[in-house]
This record gives sequence, structure tokens and C-alpha cells, in this order.
Amino acid sequence: MSITYLEAIREAQARALADDPRVFIYGQDVGAFGGAFKATKNLAQRFPGRVLDSPISEDAMLGLAVGAAIQGMRPIVEMQFADFSTPAFNQIVNQAATLHWRTRVPCPITVRLPSGGTSGSGPFHSQSMEAIYAHYPGLIVMTPATVEDAYSMLLEAVAIDDPVIFCEHKYLYYHLKAERLPTEAMPTGKARIARTGRDMTLVAYSAMVHEALAVAEELATEGTEIEVVDLRSVKPLDTDTVMASVARTGRLLCVGEAFPWGGVTAEVIARVASEGFGLLDAPPQRLNAKDTPVPYHPSLWAAHRPTAGSIAAAARRLLRL
Amino acid sequence: MQRNDCANAFGAGRLPPMGHALFNHNTVEEVSSVRDTYVKAYRVMLLARILDDKFASLYRMGKIHGGVFLGRGQEALSVSVGLALHKGDVFAPLIRDGAGRLAFGEPILDGVRTYLGSALGPMRARDGNIHRGRPRDGLLVMISHLGAMISVVNGALLAHRLKGITGTVGAACIGDGATSTGAFHEAVNQAAVEKLPLVLIVANNHYAYSTPTERQFACRSLLDKAAGYGIEGLAVDGTDLSACLKVVGDAVSQARAGRGPQLVVAELLRLCGHGEHDDASYIDPALRQSLAGRDCLKVAESYLLDNNWADAQALAAWRNEVVQKVEESVAKVQREPGPDPYKEDWCALASKHLSEGHDRSESR
Repeated sequence: MSITYLEAIREAQARALADDPRVFIYGQDVGAFGGAFKATKNLAQRFPGRVLDSPISEDAMLGLAVGAAIQGMRPIVEMQFADFSTPAFNQIVNQAATLHWRTRVPCPITVRLPSGGTSGSGPFHSQSMEAIYAHYPGLIVMTPATVEDAYSMLLEAVAIDDPVIFCEHKYLYYHLKAERLPTEAMPTGKARIARTGRDMTLVAYSAMVHEALAVAEELATEGTEIEVVDLRSVKPLDTDTVMASVARTGRLLCVGEAFPWGGVTAEVIARVASEGFGLLDAPPQRLNAKDTPVPYHPSLWAAHRPTAGSIAAAARRLLRL
Repeated sequence: MQRNDCANAFGAGRLPPMGHALFNHNTVEEVSSVRDTYVKAYRVMLLARILDDKFASLYRMGKIHGGVFLGRGQEALSVSVGLALHKGDVFAPLIRDGAGRLAFGEPILDGVRTYLGSALGPMRARDGNIHRGRPRDGLLVMISHLGAMISVVNGALLAHRLKGITGTVGAACIGDGATSTGAFHEAVNQAAVEKLPLVLIVANNHYAYSTPTERQFACRSLLDKAAGYGIEGLAVDGTDLSACLKVVGDAVSQARAGRGPQLVVAELLRLCGHGEHDDASYIDPALRQSLAGRDCLKVAESYLLDNNWADAQALAAWRNEVVQKVEESVAKVQREPGPDPYKEDWCALASKHLSEGHDRSESR
């Protein structure tokens, strides 16, 4: 038996609904239709009255989730695409993210963002929003890269007493498979060493972890050992694991699929440069998508975001510095 | 939080649900009930007005950090909302709902402490002025973005439905300006689709800050919006306490009875600036002279006197009592400590173990 990243997300939601009567799912087309990506397929039938179609009203979807959370529920909101969370931005960053700090009432909501680019999706169905949300106090931002993490981190997101922005990567939905669902999980906020190595630290998250692993495989044939760190969550950001890895390798390359200005890669590099400057044998490097909207055509899209090819080139440059 | 504690402090008993025959009263008991409700509402309005006046005075003395936002002229509408709600209901007041807050049961001290920045207030001085509440008791804490609280009320009501709690309603108060927001549209439509017991109170005070309604919307009446959403709408003279008690009470009863969202549009005028920093010089003098420009507190006083429900002596006694209560509260809070930055945990998360940043910066 094998299970995909998408099926893991569905199974995590099924388990959350089965285990906790406070959980319900709210989003566009999530009911009988089962969601645009079928992440909630059959859940409305299995859990009558708890998987609810919403109007196309992202602001009100999030506002409703906050109100329900205040009353002790644990809503999961599905944004049809991460890109469409922008109309809900106000409710996420001003309502949900500030509630506990202002009132001491927790806001346990999970906002699922189908994130990242797939070929042919264009500027409004491809975005990576993690840095925007990580910028705001009061939010947790998860970026699972594996089937196991998609499952266990989504369950953890529902259990956490704070708003969680769950960035699930659309490219991984069908491509990524595991033999079985995990029975144990790493704690939230802890990064994972996805591959060990001594020559360079390659920090990535979400789909970029797999590009990074491919690069490590390729460069291993050239005698270079790359250590790949999967951040798992970008907030909290496990600086300690990154720093420990850089202490071993002396070189840092951080890769993200999001736009280049600011963001997760800049944050990682800022922390390493300011807190671990003496560990570095070369200037820390970062690689992001280009500073344009995400293009539609496959050939433009492939050149817009980091790929194994562009990451390998950046890694080779860094090794020469 | 004690429900209706301030009103109870005046010796009035628990209110019957609103929406009963306030005007077609025939029996002695009904007349007496109407009078008691009216007197109770008036006394909460008076408290709200005196408290607001005190906040304005403290602001002018430089004793309040940040803005001061008064409900002057909107107390009749506001108190009617607070009184129509029961324990278990949800209330999202706006900036001019001091009266509604008190009627719903917010302690006087919550307002005083939040305005004066006391560490003992419900917001612990992390937020100020009208950004206060007790969400666990149904009193939601507004954010500044207009229209944003309506869907939060929807969520609380949906949660009640999912938990099998019946008979509760939620009230959200907004102004004419908020009807222009996308959040308003999304949330009213959402409530209509889910047939939630939402009572949406629009205080049309003719200006959103300085912007007159003709620059805010082009429909003939805000009430017309109700038909577009497929919900019921009621109009009321927001300067007339009797009318407000009746119409808001009816709207709440209808929502409670399962008739879906109710829109109440009240015509009135804010008899002050947007905040105390604003002299409201833009308000049309003709509007001040119109029916909407009446002071609802004075209208209610005349009504009490005309019906022999109170005499001048009683009005003076009630006022003195309220002034004393307000002065005592302010004096008490002025002796309380402000927040201590060194005792703040500087942690925005409920899950403290997942908070990053503050520990690292502390260790540097």
C-alpha cells in the first residue's frame, strides 16, 4: 500500500474529525464535491454536518473560524489556493493572530493553503505565502515536505491552541508517496536533517526539500557531501538545528520557492550571519524565485523558480568561494 | 462577568425577553413592565453618558493615552441592543456602544481600566479604549477594521449550532461606513446562507468620520440591502428609546425564533466628533436641527416626565448616583498600576513553547 501527500492530508482531517468533536471543516467546494484538489473527498459523507461549503468569501470564512474558535471549536479552513488567502489577510493577521495576545482566549484554527507552483497555473494559482504570514506575531506557519509530515503536522496544527497557517505544496500532492502513515512524529518547531553531509548546509522547506535532495545526490557523485536541512515549520524557525549544521559544514545555501525580497531564506541567513558569523567559511547564499509574478508557460515557470539545476549551480559557486 | 450587573445595581429585576407587547399593553402588569424596562434602559443610558463625559474630561486633562470615542446621541439604540441580549448570547459592540456594553453586563471598571491603561483591566493595557471585552462571556473585542466582527459573530453562532446550543442570538453593531466594506457584504451574505440568528444593528449617524452618507452609498436606504441578502430588515428612529426597545427587541426575538438574520437600521446623529480629537465641524447644521439630531437622553427624560414615570427629583437623584459611581470607579483605577514592560512575557502565542524570538533576544 502507498499513500500520497494529498491522501495524507485527507486522512489527517478524517482522523481529526473522528477524534475530536470540536473539529469542523469550512471552505469552498469542500462538501459533497470534496474540494478542488479532493483533499476532503468523502469527508462530508463520513462526517455529516461537519464539512461545510462556504460562499466565496475568504474574509468571512476566516472571521467565522475565529468566532467558532472563541466558542471552543477547532475549525479547519481550506483556502482553495494559497493565493486566495489575500482577501482573508485582515482576518488572519489582525483578528486571529492578535486574539490570544489581547484577550487570553486562544484561537485554535488551522488554515490550509494549497501552495506553490505547478506547471501552467500562472500568477494567481501558484504563490507561496509562508513569509507573509510568518512576519506576523501570533501565527504558526508549517511547511511540510514529506507525506509523513503532511499527516502528523496537520494533526498537530489542529491540536495547537494558536492559528496555524498550513502551507501544503500542490506539486507534492500526487508526486510524493510513502508506504504508510507515520505512527510517531517530530515535535513542531524542530527541523529535520534530511541528509547528512560535511561540505555544505542546504536549507530548504516544502517542495524545495526534494530539489535540494536531488542536488545533494548529484553533487555526491562529484565527491561533495551536502547536508540538507528541512525546516518543516518556518515559524517557529529552528535556528539551532541550522546553526549546528553550519558549524559542521562552514557553508550555507538557503533555498525557497517564494519571491526573493525578504522572506524565509533572508531570515535564515540573517540569523546565521548575526549569530553564527564565526562558523562560516564563505558568505551565506540564498536562492529564491525571480522577482516577478509566477509565469504561466511551463518553460517560463521552470526558469522562474529554483530547480535542481539552478540550486546545483548555486551550490557549486558557493563551494568555490 | 455578571450579566446586567450595573442595571441590577439600580434594583431593577431581570428583564423579560424583549419583543413582548411594549406598546399594545392593556393590563396594569404590562404597563408596569414597559415602565420598568424603560426606566432601567434610561438609567443605563445615563450611566453611559456620564461615563463618556468623564472619559472626555480625562482626555482633555491628558490623562488618557490614545483616542477617546463617545456614544453621545447613540445611547438609546445601543442600550436596546444590550438589554435585548441574554446570557449565552454574543455581542460585538462598536466604538459608540458604551450603553450597550453596560446593559449587556460589562462592569464599569472594564471601561475605566482600559481607557486609563490599568494593568488590572481585561486587556491588561495591551489594548486600549474601546478595544475591550470578555470573549468567553460573549462580549467580543473589536478590531479596528470595520465590518470585520460580523463574521466572527457568525462563527460563534455556527459553533452554537454545531454544539447543539439553541435559542441564542448574536448582535453586531456597525455604522453606516462599515456597510461599504467587503467584510460587511461577505458576512451578511454568509449569515443569510447559514440562516444564523444574527442581529445586525446599523447606526446610520450620517457620517463615517467626516464622510457624509452620499459619498458612502448610493442606495435609497440602507434597509434596501436586506432584500438583496434575503434577510429581514427593520427601520427605527434611533433617538427614540421606546422605538429602539421595541424594534431592536423585535429583531432579537425574530432571530431567536429562527427567522434568520435581522438587519436594523437606525437613523440618528452622533452628537460629538468621531473621537474627542475631532470637533465635528463638518456636520450639516440642518441635520443637527432635524429629528435625527435630537439628543436621545433628553428625549427619554421628557418621556419619563410626560408619562409621570419619574419626576425631576428622581432624575436628579439618579444622575447624582451615577456621577458618584463613575467618580468612585475613576478614583479607584487611578490608584492602580500601569503595565510593566519588564513583566510582559512578549509572547503572542498561547503555545508558549512554540514562541520564538523573545528567548533568543533575552539571551543575547
